[in-house]
Amino acid sequence: MSVASGPLARLRASAFWPMLRKEFVQMRRDRLTLGMMVVLPALQLALFGYAIRTEVRHLPTVVLDESRTQQSRALVEALAESGTFDVTRAAASRADVAAAIGAGEARAAIVVPPDYARALKRGRPARVQVLVDAAEPSGSSAAIAAAAQVGAAHGAELAAERAGRPAAWTLDVRVRPWYNPGLRSAVYIAPGLVGVLLSLTMLLIMSMAIVRERERGTLEQLIVTPIGKGSLMLGKVAPFVVVGYVQMSVVLLLGRLLFGVPARGSLPLLYALTFGFILANLGLGLLVSTLARTQAQAMQVGFFFLLPNILLSGFMFPREAMPAAARWVGLALPLTYYLRVLRGVLLRGVGLASLWREAVVLLVFAVAILAVSVRRFSKTLD
Amino acid sequence: MTGAAVETRGLRRAFGALVAVAGLDLTVRRGEVFGLLGPNGSGKTTTIRMLCGLLAPSAGTATVVGHDVVREPEAVKRAIGYMSQKFGLYDDLTVAENLDFYASVYGLRGAARAARVAELLDGLGLAARAGQLAGTLSGGWKQRLALACATAHRPRLLFLDEPTAGVDPAARRRFWAAIRALAAEGTTVLVTTHYMDEAARCDRLAFMARGALIAVGTSAEITAQFGLPTVEDVFVHLQETEAVGA
Ligand SMILES: Nc1ncnc2c1ncn2[C@@H]1O[C@H](COP(=O)(O)OP(=O)(O)OP(=O)(O)O)[C@@H](O)[C@H]1O
Ligand SMILES: [Mg+2]
Repeated sequence: MSVASGPLARLRASAFWPMLRKEFVQMRRDRLTLGMMVVLPALQLALFGYAIRTEVRHLPTVVLDESRTQQSRALVEALAESGTFDVTRAAASRADVAAAIGAGEARAAIVVPPDYARALKRGRPARVQVLVDAAEPSGSSAAIAAAAQVGAAHGAELAAERAGRPAAWTLDVRVRPWYNPGLRSAVYIAPGLVGVLLSLTMLLIMSMAIVRERERGTLEQLIVTPIGKGSLMLGKVAPFVVVGYVQMSVVLLLGRLLFGVPARGSLPLLYALTFGFILANLGLGLLVSTLARTQAQAMQVGFFFLLPNILLSGFMFPREAMPAAARWVGLALPLTYYLRVLRGVLLRGVGLASLWREAVVLLVFAVAILAVSVRRFSKTLD
Repeated sequence: MTGAAVETRGLRRAFGALVAVAGLDLTVRRGEVFGLLGPNGSGKTTTIRMLCGLLAPSAGTATVVGHDVVREPEAVKRAIGYMSQKFGLYDDLTVAENLDFYASVYGLRGAARAARVAELLDGLGLAARAGQLAGTLSGGWKQRLALACATAHRPRLLFLDEPTAGVDPAARRRFWAAIRALAAEGTTVLVTTHYMDEAARCDRLAFMARGALIAVGTSAEITAQFGLPTVEDVFVHLQETEAVGA
C-alpha cells in the first residue's frame, strides 16, 4: 500500500488527519463538555474577581498631617470619602504611625509631608504617602487602588482649579505597602488567572480524554491498528489547542469587562506566545494519562499540580520573596514564565524584545514534554 | 508467505501472582476458522491480546502471520483485524463515521476508502443505518459494525473475541454467515465463543482451562477423545473436573 513517498506525501497519508477529524466531530457532539470548558473558567474568574473586589472598605486609618493646611485637609477628606479609609485618629509622629499599624490598631496610614501645600503652589509634584498593612494582600490591594484613584482624581481637580498653568505638577500619591513589597492588585491578578485556568483545564481535559478512551475500551480497539503514537496523540492534542485559545479569549475579555484589565502590548504577540504554554500543559496532560489508570486518578493528579502552580509561580505571592528552594521549584513550572508573558504584554506593554527568553523556555518545555509523553505512551494495555 | 497463521511456544502471561496464560503451544493454520473455547477466566482474551501485541507475554514466543509479536508488533497490527470482547467503537460517532475513521487509520485514502466503506456498509446490511450513532445501535448491529471496522483493511487474520455474546439467534446466524464468507476469501479467523452451536461451525477447536490448552482438534476428534457425544458435553465435563481440581 506504500505508493506514497517523500515527506509531504507521508504527511498527507498520516493517521494524524483522521484522528484530528474524529476528535473535532466528537467534540462538536459533546456540547456539555465544550460549554463547561468555556463557562467554568469564566465563572471562576468572576467569582475570584468578586472576592478580590468586595471585602475591603472602611480600613481603620491614622493620619499624620505634617502640612496642616487647608489643602492637606482637603486631600485627607477626599481619601476618607472614597469609603476605603476610615480615619480613626490623628497620629503624632512617624513612630506613632508605625506603632499603630504594627499593633494592628490601624490597617492604613495617610502621611502628608510638611511641604505638601508649598509644593502644590510651586507646581512641583506633591508627594503623599499612603501606608498600607499589606500582610493581607486582598485588603491592601483595594486600599492601593482607592488611594491611586483618589490621588488621580484629586490631582485632576486641583489642576482644573489652576487651569492655565502648565500641567507640570501632579498630585503623586505614593503607596507604600508594608510587609508585602510585591503587592498584587485585582488588575495584577486577573491576567495571571488566565494562566492558572489554562494550565489546569488543559492538563485535566487532555489527561481525561485519553484515560476516558482507555476506560471505555475504545483505546484497545484503536491501538490494535497500525496508527502511529505521534499521530494518535497529536491528533488528540490539536483540537484542545483551539479550546485553549477560546478559553483564554473568554477570560481575557471578561477580565477586561469586569476588572478593566488592560491590554497595553500586542495581543497577536500574546496569542503567539500562548501557543507554547498551551502545548506544554497539554503535554503534561498526556504525561498524566500515561500514569493514571482512571479518570478519578487523572483528576487528582491535576489538582495536585494546581497547588504549586498557584503558590510557586508568582501568581499569588511574589517569587522574589520566596525561599530559594521554592523559587527553584517555581522555575520548573511553565506557568512561571507564562505569567511574565501575560503581565509583560497586558500590563507593561512590552514586546518580544524583553520576552524572548520566556518564549524560548515555553517552547522548549512544550517540545520536551510532548516528546517525553509520546515516548512514554505505549500501544499496549499494560 | 508460508507457515502457520499463529504459532505460539510456551506463551505465558501472569498478572502479579495470577497466571492467566500458562505456557501455551498453539498453532492456527492458514485459512481455517479456529475456535477457542473455555470457561470464564480461562485466559482466552489474554491469549488473543498477546497475539495482537496488546499485552506483552511474560515468557514464551508467539508468531502471527510470520511476525514476532514482541519484536514486530506494528507489522502484526497491519496484518490483523481484532474485535474486542467489549464494544470498542465510538458511541458518539455514526456508523459511517466509525467505519470511515477505521478505514483511514488503516491507510485507505480517497476514492479507495469511499468504495471500501460503501462495500462494507452494503455487505453487512448497515447502509440503512449509516447515519445512526453507534451508541444507539442494538447489540447485533454493534457487532456487525465492529466486524466491518475490523475488516476494513482486508486483514489476513481476524481475531474475534466473543463476537456474538448477547446477540439474538438470527443475528448470530447472519454474523456467522459473514465469518464463513471471509474464510471463503482466505481470511484466517480465530474466534472465541461460549455457544456450542458456533463451536460446531469451526474447522478446528481448542479447549482452554486455567490458562492451559487441554484439547485441540476438530469437534469429531475432540468428542472421540473424551468419549462424549457432543462438544457441549466435553465442555461441561471439563468444567466439572476443573471445579473438582480447584
Ligand atoms: N489486566 C489484568 N489484570 C489482572 N488480572 C487480569 C487482567 N486481565 C485478565 N486478568 C485475569 O486473568 C484471567 C484470565 O482472564 P481472561 O480475560 O483472559 O479470561 P477469558 O477466558 O477471556 O474469560 P471470559 O470468558 O470471561 O472472557 C482471569 O482470572 C482474569 O481475572
Ligand atoms: Mg474474554
